[in-house]
Amino acid sequence: MADAVLFEFLHTEMVAELWARDPDPGSGGKKKSLSVLEGLGFRVGQALGERLPRETLAFREELDALKFLCKDLWAAMFQKHMDGLRTNHQGTYVLQDNSFPLLITMGSGSQYLEEAPKFLAFTCGLLCGALHTLGFQSLVTASVAALPACKSLGSPQV
Amino acid sequence: MAVCIAVIAKENYPLYIRSTPTEDELKFHYMVHTSLDVVDEKISAMGKALVDQRELYLGLLYPTEDYKVYGYVTNSKVKFVMVVDSSNTALRDNEICSMFRKLHNSYTDVMCNPFYNPGDRIQSRAFDNMVTSMMIQVC
Repeated sequence: MADAVLFEFLHTEMVAELWARDPDPGSGGKKKSLSVLEGLGFRVGQALGERLPRETLAFREELDALKFLCKDLWAAMFQKHMDGLRTNHQGTYVLQDNSFPLLITMGSGSQYLEEAPKFLAFTCGLLCGALHTLGFQSLVTASVAALPACKSLGSPQV
Repeated sequence: MAVCIAVIAKENYPLYIRSTPTEDELKFHYMVHTSLDVVDEKISAMGKALVDQRELYLGLLYPTEDYKVYGYVTNSKVKFVMVVDSSNTALRDNEICSMFRKLHNSYTDVMCNPFYNPGDRIQSRAFDNMVTSMMIQVC
């Protein structure tokens, strides 16, 4: 298994490259870079959603798929489990990670809060893609209250 | 020794379908199509059953006079259907299971190929070769 830090470096460069090439610093350009990153994450998520659950038994319900995301997918990507999974029983799930590996290197606290969203776009796409392969159309958004903890909100609909 | 192998997407259209005696292809296409109903029945039965049996391998779907049809469903609701010759009684359940596992592994490799768009027909030569090897195992 390759060193986790290799992916972190690649991810940092991806974000830097997509941000640097943006000639229009207004909000239009920002949205395009974010959606490119999400698109990248989506395709990767689709492939991972096919490859990782290969040996596991069939998922019987939505909760099984979410548990798979929190444990197996997160462990494969970041070598740790998700710290918390909550639901409002109406179709929205909140996934909480208290020390997200892609944000840890930026320091803790609220110093780089405005920069954080672009580092979460790829991961949002990843979750969305994996859920899509497992059969759920979903909308995933992420929010950061204080580095390096972050929350993702997913609302899967079959 | 399989005579027909099909990969069906979760929206029930074929991603890949191939049969060995290339005349009479339509008959196999029709068999695979009818077996989809049985697959759906098994999947929904699996969901409602209280037994903790959540296997991916569905087993024998239905036997006809010349052929037997086996099914397998992945977690992403992609179905694999295999039609084998009834006369070849030497094939046992666990052999069919291992053939399906090989199919699943090859399908995962196709999925991870960046040049493949999920939902397109499978055109990978590696997948083709693997399916050919399964079809001409015993001659």
